[in-house]
Amino acid sequence: MLWFVLRRGGAALIVLFLASVLIFLGIRALPGDPALVMAGEDATPQAVAAIRHAYGLDKPLPTQYVDYVGQVLSGNLGRSTQDQLPVGQILVERLPVTLELSALALLVAIMIGVLSGIVAAVRRGRLADYVATGFGLIGLSVPHFWLGLLGILLFSVTLHWLPASGFIPFTQDPAGNLQRMVLPALVLGTGFAAVLMRQTRSAMLGALSADYVRTARSKGLSETKVVGAHALRNSLTTVITVLGLQLGALISGAVVVEQIFVLPGFGKLTIDAVLTRNYPVIQAVVLVTVTGYVLVNLLVDIAYALLNPRVRLSGGSRG
Amino acid sequence: MAEKTHPPEPIVRWNSGRADRRRRLWRRFRRRPMPMIGLTLVVAFLVLAVFGPLVSGDPSAQDYLATLMPPSIDHPLGTDDLGRDAFARVASGARTSLQAGVLSTLLAMAVGIPIGLAAGFYRRWLDSIVMRLVDVTLAFPFLVFAVGLAAILGPSLRGVVLALSFAQLPAVIRITRGEVLAIREMDYVSAAIADGATDGHILFRYILPNSAGPLIVQATVAIPTAIIGEATLSFLGLGVQPPTPSWGVMLSDAQQYLDQAPWLAIWPGLLIALATLGFNLLGDGLRDVLDPRSGP
Repeated sequence: MLWFVLRRGGAALIVLFLASVLIFLGIRALPGDPALVMAGEDATPQAVAAIRHAYGLDKPLPTQYVDYVGQVLSGNLGRSTQDQLPVGQILVERLPVTLELSALALLVAIMIGVLSGIVAAVRRGRLADYVATGFGLIGLSVPHFWLGLLGILLFSVTLHWLPASGFIPFTQDPAGNLQRMVLPALVLGTGFAAVLMRQTRSAMLGALSADYVRTARSKGLSETKVVGAHALRNSLTTVITVLGLQLGALISGAVVVEQIFVLPGFGKLTIDAVLTRNYPVIQAVVLVTVTGYVLVNLLVDIAYALLNPRVRLSGGSRG
Repeated sequence: MAEKTHPPEPIVRWNSGRADRRRRLWRRFRRRPMPMIGLTLVVAFLVLAVFGPLVSGDPSAQDYLATLMPPSIDHPLGTDDLGRDAFARVASGARTSLQAGVLSTLLAMAVGIPIGLAAGFYRRWLDSIVMRLVDVTLAFPFLVFAVGLAAILGPSLRGVVLALSFAQLPAVIRITRGEVLAIREMDYVSAAIADGATDGHILFRYILPNSAGPLIVQATVAIPTAIIGEATLSFLGLGVQPPTPSWGVMLSDAQQYLDQAPWLAIWPGLLIALATLGFNLLGDGLRDVLDPRSGP
């Protein structure tokens, strides 16, 4: 197991290294002089030269890369060109919003997706199965941003039940915070619920026809126990794999949902940064996202190995 | 090329002709309702994208005397905030959507298939390098990559197509490589090698045609993903730029007028959902017929 973790961790480090090189080169692949871009269009030549020197752009590329990694590791992500605030500080302010949104959305997805997947598998070929499968297909086909607009149209514009947008920190007003997060979390969670439902259903169907389930039934175990303790446990690996694979989609979805509901999170920061060409922020946002993504995938791999001994014995790779 | 003896025909022909096989697959496909519904939706989407703009008039024509009008005989889907006909914009948007979906998938296939073929056929260091690069590519969530590309290229349809095809590359490479690894062990490939066929001949005459099934299935998964991807990027302002009609841009505009003109937010989203649903159902059906091993 230790060997497995070390090997996976090493692979993750290599991916992070290559990703950081890509991000580093990406900002330098911009058309024109990055110093000029960072300084803004009507900066004086002195200001451009100062920026070039401040960012070490007058040094050779490998030196620049080492400097860049050193700065990132010491927590210095540069300053936003919009308001001159340290990028690290901006990220710390924005991240909790996105994390809350993602956590709530995952909760929605797991509650709806896994439960309906189990029900669909147990009641295969009956009404409950058709309803769940139908919703699953629709959930896969409806884009987040349309679902968000429909949600606002129904719950805010027509019924006046929920505010259409805005954000209040949880620490300030928990009720107000949740009231504003319910709709975004539902919108973001629905798509994943659909994916989870389909995967849970097919994993459960596989498990329910396996020999050990027949053995459990013939031992006279109750159906609840057969489904809960045997079939579900063996379907969990699938669910966890799917969660890991869907992480990228969760990040993309959060960006969209934050944009629709005007939540001051990481995603909105990203889009605003691109639209205002705020390169230090873009660079930091991409770096942090990729790092988080690689780390969570690493954790998923490890969780997967813990749940399924065959994986760590064969050292098999996913997907 | 000089005349040479031809190696035996691939087994996939079984003992009947290709037309027979196609007819048999079509019969199997047609038997169930869901794939047929999917096919119908996809054909309707194609018709809208190809012929819609020809009959609907100018999607950019503004009429300030008829802004935010509800659906009527003159404007079957209503008009937007600039008095532009929503049907004309929806039809042109279908074309943008189709372009993004098909172009990005073709580009990913054109780049990914040769890479996957080479990696699976020659293996060794080439395979290791390619698969590590695929891992790195997978470390970039699609939207992050699209954001980076929009930052470098500026928001445009070209950037969208590049980002979407890049996002599909890992899947195309993996599927092709996996197929090559399986097919190259087949007897008819060994026979072709023994017969002295060139690598190119083996790859493109024997291996590629027999990998077509999973790749076609992948395309039916990739196109709807790309359609949603284009709409999402355009919705966020990172994709197609106004005044070019795009379903994503239309929805983004509609958000400001939700209380006055809610219908503007209905049509583009409904069409995205129907087009996506159509491709998904079609893909499920094709998978059952062409690639029964994999499956949901």
